[in-house]
Amino acid sequence: MAMADATDQIGTETDKRGRLVTSDGTPLRRALERANRRRKISAFLLVSPLLAFILIFFAFPIAQMMWRSVDNPQIVNALPRTLDALQDWDRTGLPDERVFAALHADMLEDLDRERRDQKIGPLGIRLNYELSAARSAISRTARDVPNFEAPFRDAFVDAHRLWGQPDLWRIIQREGRPLTLSYYVAALDREYDEFGNVVRRDENRRIYVSLFGRTLALSVAITAMTFLLGFPIAYYLSILPMRRANLLMIAVLLPFWTSLLVRTSAWIVLLQQQGVINNTLVALGVIGDDGRFSLIYNQTGTIIAMTHILLPFMVLPLYSVMRTIPPSYMRAAKSLGATPWTAFRRVYFPQTLPGIGAGGVLVFIISIGYYITPALVGGQSGRMISNEIARHIQQSLNWGLAAALGSMLLVGVLVLYWLYNRLVGTDSLKFG
Amino acid sequence: MSMPAYFTLKDKIWYYAFRVICFAIFFFLLAPILIMIPLSFNAQPFFTFTREMLTLNPEGYSLRWYQDFLGSSSWRRSIQNSFIIGIAATVVSTTLGTLAALGLSRSEMPYKGLIMGILISPMIVPLIISAAGMFFFFSSINIAQTYLGVVLAHAALGTPFVVITVTATLVGFDQSLTRAAANLGASPTRSFFKITMPLILPGVISGALFAFITSFDEIVVVLFVAGVEQRTIPREMWSGIREDISPTILAVATILVMISIALLTVVELLRRRGERLRGLSPQ
Repeated sequence: MAMADATDQIGTETDKRGRLVTSDGTPLRRALERANRRRKISAFLLVSPLLAFILIFFAFPIAQMMWRSVDNPQIVNALPRTLDALQDWDRTGLPDERVFAALHADMLEDLDRERRDQKIGPLGIRLNYELSAARSAISRTARDVPNFEAPFRDAFVDAHRLWGQPDLWRIIQREGRPLTLSYYVAALDREYDEFGNVVRRDENRRIYVSLFGRTLALSVAITAMTFLLGFPIAYYLSILPMRRANLLMIAVLLPFWTSLLVRTSAWIVLLQQQGVINNTLVALGVIGDDGRFSLIYNQTGTIIAMTHILLPFMVLPLYSVMRTIPPSYMRAAKSLGATPWTAFRRVYFPQTLPGIGAGGVLVFIISIGYYITPALVGGQSGRMISNEIARHIQQSLNWGLAAALGSMLLVGVLVLYWLYNRLVGTDSLKFG
Repeated sequence: MSMPAYFTLKDKIWYYAFRVICFAIFFFLLAPILIMIPLSFNAQPFFTFTREMLTLNPEGYSLRWYQDFLGSSSWRRSIQNSFIIGIAATVVSTTLGTLAALGLSRSEMPYKGLIMGILISPMIVPLIISAAGMFFFFSSINIAQTYLGVVLAHAALGTPFVVITVTATLVGFDQSLTRAAANLGASPTRSFFKITMPLILPGVISGALFAFITSFDEIVVVLFVAGVEQRTIPREMWSGIREDISPTILAVATILVMISIALLTVVELLRRRGERLRGLSPQ
């Protein structure tokens, strides 16, 4: 009892087995666990509204879009009987009458469906991605189908010559599955040959691989330019006294805060054939009136404008790293006999590498997915992969291909971001 | 930074050359933005300085592009839209983002890294991909081409900035203050509004400003998700640049530069105040 009295005074008790308990008799360990769990739950409850919001309105839409790159329901939905009959086709010559009869039945059934449930329209769009003219062939045939009489094979081939081409039937058989890789095949400038092997496209129809290559090359060029311009001013800012550095920092922060479209239109104004730069050069007599530079609507325009837009993203991380490098290291190196160049190369530069890595990856990630500036100042040669994705969504309406290109871009960016995170950690992301 | 006395001639040349290079780069950063301000007062429909402008002849200058801007109903609607959408998106993202930051900065938070990764993903995913995904999803639930759709999209894009700025403010936050408040009998809500909120307010406001400017400046998602009714200022500028480029763009740009200068000043003042309050700054 004397024991219990003593522990009472410091606010704890023990039960019969000698375990510490709280005043209401629950073992201390369990009480602690419960309190901990409650705190965990309350922390999670604070985060959950935003987490749910981002998952529903951001992550889910992107996942859904990526799904489109493999989703392939059109042919399976529209032509179930035809696909069944096609199973024992040997892929040479035309399929037999049985297949055409099944096609007739499938198309007839579709005419009975309500307009918004019709499957033949989507089928035409889907087949058109693989074989241009397929859409018009199908819509023209669909109108005549009720009047067809056996033999159906001749009726179909008479209605549109495309039905007499084994190519079309090979596509229907190959793509008659709920999932497809054909959008990725197309996104890599490849196609299926008549034996179903993946081969490279004809030279003049290869677009996307070189576009990916150009996007990477432009991003590397922009990253290199921001580094070349960003390094000196970040260094200069870091050796200035705080007050003057903050003042000059405005030169970096003002562009950072200025609307993207304002900066892009500024470059249009400056770089045009009749713009400020060309006019000044003509007025100074550097170039003749007919020798004006074409600085815009090409790769030069994209590189200049994007270097200007992304430069702050290089300067800010570099500056924050350079501020922490003690100037005494350079002095020590010099007093030990290093030339300024050696001291810079062997002592100062290696210490700025984290900043260079952070800024470089940041600029590279942003520029690889950039859309607006290339679209406005890039012309034809300055286009990047994002512009092609937008074109397929808004104009050519090939959403599967857009999704395949987008998924490839997204995976690339996420890998880079993972590298960035390994390099510097997300905590170092700060603004302003 | 004056020049030390022991500098050799080579050092001196390098000293000046380096500064000249640096100021050239600062010029490259600022000049394109500042040059639009005088050009926006051009009396002629050109994007270059006319002879009258260079000789400072008053006839070379006019306010016609500003009149054009304020007189056009589509520009006026775009101003209204930008503010409505920007403010609504900011309210949503600041509320959700601040709550989440409070949870994330607790040491008991489970799966912190994973959740943080998801929450800041709108900042990392290329805008074209976010815009495409939202375009398909919002069309399927019938909120594409509505104010609600654009606001939700912009709120999602703005939250990472709120989460990051508020979490950064909370790093220097002394948790014993809320424990003391609880000890003195304050309810969690009361201690939040009386103790936590005033201390993290600078972080919350600068996060909100970031969220606002994100929405105010955003164009890619607007291109995909908004209809004609929801056109914002950047969206009108986009059409202006693509279709008939006129110096009205420069008048709009000048006004937007003024707004950015104002916002930049506010954020800088808040940052200094925050550092002073949390005792991080030596000043």
